[in-house]
Amino acid sequence: MSKHTITLTVNGNEFTREVESRTLLVHFVREDLDLTGTHIGCDTTSCGACTLLVNGRAIKSCTMFAVQANGAAVETIEGVAQNGDLHPLQEGFWEKHGLQCGYCTPGMIMSAKQLLEQNPNPTEEEIRWGISGNLCRCTGYNKIVEAIQYAAAKAREGQTEAGGEEASS
Amino acid sequence: MSHLDDRFEHHTPKPEGASAKVDLVDEVQIKTPPEICGMGHRMKRKEDPRFIQGKGNYVDDVKLPGMLYMDIVRSPYAHARIVSIDDSEALATEGVVAVIKGQDLEAAGGLHWMPTLMSDTQMVLPIDKVVYYAQEVCAVVATDRYIAADAIEKIFVEYEPLEPVVDPHEAMKDKVIVREDKEQKTNHIWHWEAGDKEATDRVFSEAAHVVEQTMHIPRLHVSSIETCGMVANYNKATEHMQIYMTSQAPHAHRTVFALVSGLPEHKIQIISPDIGGGFGGKVPVYPGYVCCAVASLVTGKPVKWIEDRSENLQADSFARDYHITAEMAADADGMITGLRVKTLSDCGAADAAANPSKFPAGLYSICTGSYDMQAAHIEVDGVYTTKPPGGVAYRCSFRVTEAVHMIERVTDIMAAELGQDPAELRRKNFIREFPYKSPTGWEYDSGNYEAALDKAMETIGYAELRREQAEKRARGELMGIGISSFTEVVGAGPSRDYDILGIKMFDSAEIRIHPTGKAIARFGTKSQGQGHETTYAQIIAEELGLPAADVQVEEGDTDTAPYGLGTYASRSTPTAGAAGAMAARKIKAKAKKIAAYLLEVGEDDLEWNVDRFQVKGSPEQAKTIQDIAFAAYTNHPPGMEAGLEATDYYDPPNLTFPFGTYICVVDIDKGTGEVKVRRFVAIDDCGHIINPMVVEGQVHGGLTMGLAPALFEEIVYDENGQNLSGTFADYLLPTAVESPKWETGHTITPSPHHPLGAKGIGESPTVGAPPAIVNAVVDALSHLGVKHIEIPITPEKVWKLLREAGVTD
Ligand code: FES
Ligand code: FES
Repeated sequence: MSKHTITLTVNGNEFTREVESRTLLVHFVREDLDLTGTHIGCDTTSCGACTLLVNGRAIKSCTMFAVQANGAAVETIEGVAQNGDLHPLQEGFWEKHGLQCGYCTPGMIMSAKQLLEQNPNPTEEEIRWGISGNLCRCTGYNKIVEAIQYAAAKAREGQTEAGGEEASS
Repeated sequence: MSHLDDRFEHHTPKPEGASAKVDLVDEVQIKTPPEICGMGHRMKRKEDPRFIQGKGNYVDDVKLPGMLYMDIVRSPYAHARIVSIDDSEALATEGVVAVIKGQDLEAAGGLHWMPTLMSDTQMVLPIDKVVYYAQEVCAVVATDRYIAADAIEKIFVEYEPLEPVVDPHEAMKDKVIVREDKEQKTNHIWHWEAGDKEATDRVFSEAAHVVEQTMHIPRLHVSSIETCGMVANYNKATEHMQIYMTSQAPHAHRTVFALVSGLPEHKIQIISPDIGGGFGGKVPVYPGYVCCAVASLVTGKPVKWIEDRSENLQADSFARDYHITAEMAADADGMITGLRVKTLSDCGAADAAANPSKFPAGLYSICTGSYDMQAAHIEVDGVYTTKPPGGVAYRCSFRVTEAVHMIERVTDIMAAELGQDPAELRRKNFIREFPYKSPTGWEYDSGNYEAALDKAMETIGYAELRREQAEKRARGELMGIGISSFTEVVGAGPSRDYDILGIKMFDSAEIRIHPTGKAIARFGTKSQGQGHETTYAQIIAEELGLPAADVQVEEGDTDTAPYGLGTYASRSTPTAGAAGAMAARKIKAKAKKIAAYLLEVGEDDLEWNVDRFQVKGSPEQAKTIQDIAFAAYTNHPPGMEAGLEATDYYDPPNLTFPFGTYICVVDIDKGTGEVKVRRFVAIDDCGHIINPMVVEGQVHGGLTMGLAPALFEEIVYDENGQNLSGTFADYLLPTAVESPKWETGHTITPSPHHPLGAKGIGESPTVGAPPAIVNAVVDALSHLGVKHIEIPITPEKVWKLLREAGVTD
């Protein structure tokens, strides 16, 4: 199996690694870089659990070879929070109960991130179509839609909306 | 604490003992302030920060030094003799460490067969023949997952194909015998009955109206987005087997592993880490798990096995596959008098259902549902076919979905026969007195079915919808309204009746309060997304006044958590949740003694107030739970043991019976036959609510898993027994686009026997939703003579009906 040396940035850090031609990007990210937040849920590009951003575009990383990401800027769920602050989407998923088992969540957040970058003010229907490549078996999607609406509102207005309560001692 | 007074106004006294008469309250009860966050608060989930940042720890995330990878060779035939297996080329490949075959398992102590949870047996790896498509044939262990996958292609298995038997009715004829290993050469596995046959036959002979319907509840797959997998790590020096496993029941699995493998149970540690959805699919022990553990035993190295999606859909346990014939009898006044049901249960190649041992057809006999009737008789026969074994829940309490689908469908068929509105027929026949003894022997704990029906009808605007439907029908448009007033039965269960492989179905909690007033609580269950880390903490906050944020909840590690039977069948709140409350009450009893000592008063002079014991009549004299915790380690009363902790193994006195009414409105496209769910109102009653936000989430998710089989999902086999639904491109999970905006609400009828008055919610919507949708579609087409449609209701099926009726061409 022939090997290639690739250089790419992942969440702003540059990596140079040797990979086999056939190594999938999702395996490279999870196993070579130990970024296990990107998940695998199928083998037919159907579930979206493996979604990450390559040069800003949401990509199903189970259907892309690592060598194809040579020279690219990759963003995974681990890079979404900045300086310890949650991204509005992460906040939205937490506030609005947009996750249960959490397995689809990183892929959902990455798809939603692309959606909001392209369309900061989506309608409910646009949100539903925007995440239609991501399957969730737990939530029934309503609260994911609300989570994305929360993030869109927050990003637009820079203001906080009340959601769930947080207990503190 | 005066600011809390107004909160107590909403407090309904907890029902006690056998008194089952409880008033209806719709308002969620809150007794603690937000900083404590006991029951009723919409507390944000404690588990979420790790998940939203990609820091969950699922089985495939586990990486151990020197870890090997396992992959599996699977059968391309549904039924075939194995002539030979040639693994020489695979073994000669660099990086391939071992190939494990049936003979190897046999030599290792008869591990080529394993017991199922239903006291049947199932092959781990075959020696003579395979009995289903995609059956595990042998396993390859390699240094890399790609090498293992390559090696699969280098193993040459010669098969001699045998005739498959795919249809269970055919299987009953015993022309092809699936299990030649059995002494009895028949595919018939068991016959099971409930109710009174004679009384039922009598009711039917006297009935003014009888309706009959056959229906098939097709094979489904739970399809959690995470598939199943394991990392087994056997240390030859310490003889310790550490296993990371996608397990909904890690303690029971440890016992099963010990019994099957002969390894001593204290040398086996099962860790069920974060689980990416279970829905029943992670209850059984699959052959892959056994092979993976054996691979680690043999190599002395950690071995990882993660199924891919096709393997998961093709070989893991299915759900449903019930072929039902149901008859309902009613008198001249439209009062339902009896139910007679015969059912064929297609078990596949082994009875590997995940039911309590004494219940081969699960809790199917709950099928008289929400209606009071004189008599019922239910018969179920289990049969082998050359399909994967199983019979798991798909987010349901042991076959209750099949039961509810059947009763809610025939009730609508009876309404059509009587020319009555389906809502009114239901109302007229509802059970009204609780506790209620059903004709098949259940004792329903509490209910208020009419309240849920009324609320659902009012929320959706039922009368207005019926007017709209009449207008639309006059214009030739197709619109339907469907109702389902279901009764669930969850929380298995009382030890007198419920066990799995002899282990009683209690569950457990252990709470330890640290000197600074923080706590760790461990449970015998295992969350797969249900939010136990939050809701269990809220239960403890409710009982002890410790802020829920200060309670660390842990589950899933058999070395540390108390023994329990796990999470499925909506049993966590009814059993482990109750254990948590009972353990907290034990702690509270000790805390009272410590408070009395510290305040120098008698215990009788003290009263509990949210988070403290105070002296009656002088509340300023008080000791908070934190004060008491500190004293338990620093200044405990002479003669008393130090520390503040308790364990409870809770054996529920009865099951709980959540219920609700769902109403669905559909519009049908005449040209394509496509069904669109326009509105769906779900009114649920699960007793007292621990976290309304989590309950809503459970209901939304459950409804979507009810929509799925009604309109989309089915595992299909061709006549050769080949699975035609082996990918997500063929087995269609609803996306955000197909899922409607669910409208939810609740009534609250506490369980009289549960310490918190709670009942469990995760599965009601999966159980209740499908018949509401089917009833709506049939209602939309009833004027065309349509009485019943089998699920999934695909556009093609509807389009054919429309064409037959001359509505479309
Ligand atoms: S794992 Fe990539 S789409 Fe499913
Ligand atoms: S939260 Fe479990 S799959 Fe989406």
